[in-house]
Amino acid sequence: MIYREAGDFKTSYAADNQTFPLRGDRLAYYLAVIFALGVVPFFINDYWANAIVIPFLIYTIAALGLNILIGYCGQLSLGTGAFMATGAYAAFKLTTAFPSLNIIFVIILAGVVTAGVGVAFGLPSLRIKGFYLAVATLAAQFFLIWLYTRTPWFFNYSPTGMISMPTRELFGYPVTGASATAVSGYLLCAVFLIASAWLARNLTRGTLGRQWMAIRDMDIAAEIIGVNPLRAKLSAFAVSSFLVGISGALFFTVYLGAAEAGESFGIDKSFLVLFMVIIGGLGSILGSFLGAFLLVVGPVLLKILLVNNLGWPTDVAAHLEIMIIGALIILFLVMEPHGLTALWRTIKEKLRLWPFPH
Amino acid sequence: MLDARSEGYVTADGRQIGGVLMEMKNITLRFGGVVAIKDISFDIREGEIRAIIGPNGAGKSSMLNVISGFYHPQEGEVWYKGQRRPRMRPYQVAQQGIARTFQNIALFEGMSVLDNIMTGRLNHMRSGFLSQALWWGPAAREEAENREKVEKVIDFLEIQHIRKTPVRRLPYGLKKRVELARALAAEPSILLLDEPMAGMNVEEKEDMSRFILDVNDEFGTTIALIEHDMGVVMDLSDRVVVMDYGQKIGDGTPEEVRNNEEVIKAYLGVAHD
Repeated sequence: MIYREAGDFKTSYAADNQTFPLRGDRLAYYLAVIFALGVVPFFINDYWANAIVIPFLIYTIAALGLNILIGYCGQLSLGTGAFMATGAYAAFKLTTAFPSLNIIFVIILAGVVTAGVGVAFGLPSLRIKGFYLAVATLAAQFFLIWLYTRTPWFFNYSPTGMISMPTRELFGYPVTGASATAVSGYLLCAVFLIASAWLARNLTRGTLGRQWMAIRDMDIAAEIIGVNPLRAKLSAFAVSSFLVGISGALFFTVYLGAAEAGESFGIDKSFLVLFMVIIGGLGSILGSFLGAFLLVVGPVLLKILLVNNLGWPTDVAAHLEIMIIGALIILFLVMEPHGLTALWRTIKEKLRLWPFPH
Repeated sequence: MLDARSEGYVTADGRQIGGVLMEMKNITLRFGGVVAIKDISFDIREGEIRAIIGPNGAGKSSMLNVISGFYHPQEGEVWYKGQRRPRMRPYQVAQQGIARTFQNIALFEGMSVLDNIMTGRLNHMRSGFLSQALWWGPAAREEAENREKVEKVIDFLEIQHIRKTPVRRLPYGLKKRVELARALAAEPSILLLDEPMAGMNVEEKEDMSRFILDVNDEFGTTIALIEHDMGVVMDLSDRVVVMDYGQKIGDGTPEEVRNNEEVIKAYLGVAHD
């Protein structure tokens, strides 16, 4: 009863094709965007921004990117960490080489560079599939991280081997570096996330997205009805790496400020984003949000609960936190293998009739 | 009755059949030492329903795979619309206007019926990457236009009620119909059907036969099909190629084929020498 489709009629195919066909959904979406851009900035403080909100926004972008590759196109990748590193190092090189270049362009260009690198490492996908492809992308993970830590040119010959983000301003406000405020960083990430989600949704609803899904579901049949596998797979790698690169660039410029490839973008990052995608729901834009939310916010909430509310020692809480999150992941996957999105879908089905049984 | 050079013929039920649309010339296909197809030639004419029949393992499906560019014959030539077809990837063959269905349904299980059929339209969709990414201009317009075409196919095959259902939830008979819809949405010049009635009950077979005849009748689509049900084949098709052990043993109208000595032998199981 709360969630209803009855009476919401469409008179054109364009209206039937829109992202949120139901009036209620559409309203909720507009409210969420207005809340994110118009309300949150007035209340956000440093702790909330740095501990929860900004990592959530950045990881969601990475999850969106990986979801396009794995969830929509069916190409397994374990190179996410390295592609995030590529975005970060590209942003660093660009902004130090062209200090006057606007930070927004720096981040977009970092995404473009990562897209190129992603396509190069996506080439094996034309020959190999599944776990074998995952192993090939694992090679990308180790090779790229090795390259960025061993080649001084990438970190501008800094003696520490780290890259650090200088202060950059946007509309007169510092958004990166030491003097940046939580609000400016938050707004930059939020705008990039909204744009990324919109881009991902548009690409997956059209003919390119259908080609990706056709390749995912049955590649031989896809080729026989006219999908060019080379173009479909490499475009998925390009778009996916573009988004992952943007998230890596934001992770370095806004969130970390200073980074070292091996430490910040190791294989654990690849797995973290992979878990987000699987738990959230493969082949779903909403799933990327939910997965990132659970894995970023979950540990923080647990820590608040255990340490602040129950008064447990920090080290015990930290270990328990890992165990509980791990158990939750397994529980979720056993109970709902299609991720949180499927859970949400079931809830919607139920809400359609609630409170009546039929 | 049929001269190879003739410009067409008139069928028993009075339909005018056009010139040669596709011609297979001396096709030989080998897998290692196994000869799947041995020196077979036949043609498919515009507007006709052409059947390929034969006992199990005769090489019918291999023949269809040669036509759709999935297998490349070691010898022989494929001529299409008056031109020799060079070695092509399957997606290039599809772009030339050859669509097909599969013996063991090859739908995209994770997608809705509508998305499956829309995928069939992809060779008619030309909007660029940027336009799709921004969902602006050509992409949005093209989507609506092609949706309209797809809806016509959906109406035609009477599957309106399952439009938005994920394919994996459908029963077998409906899946077969959705697969036909996907192939039809491509508006092909030649429609290849690999055992469209396999595993169906009598009622479903009747429905499918009606759809095949209607497709041919309303859109003038040339159809080449493989089928095991002799009654169906003889009723539907204008001309029949009979294969056995990779060789062609008969070619002609259903009447001619029915009275062919070799064909009777192959089907009644007389020992091969």
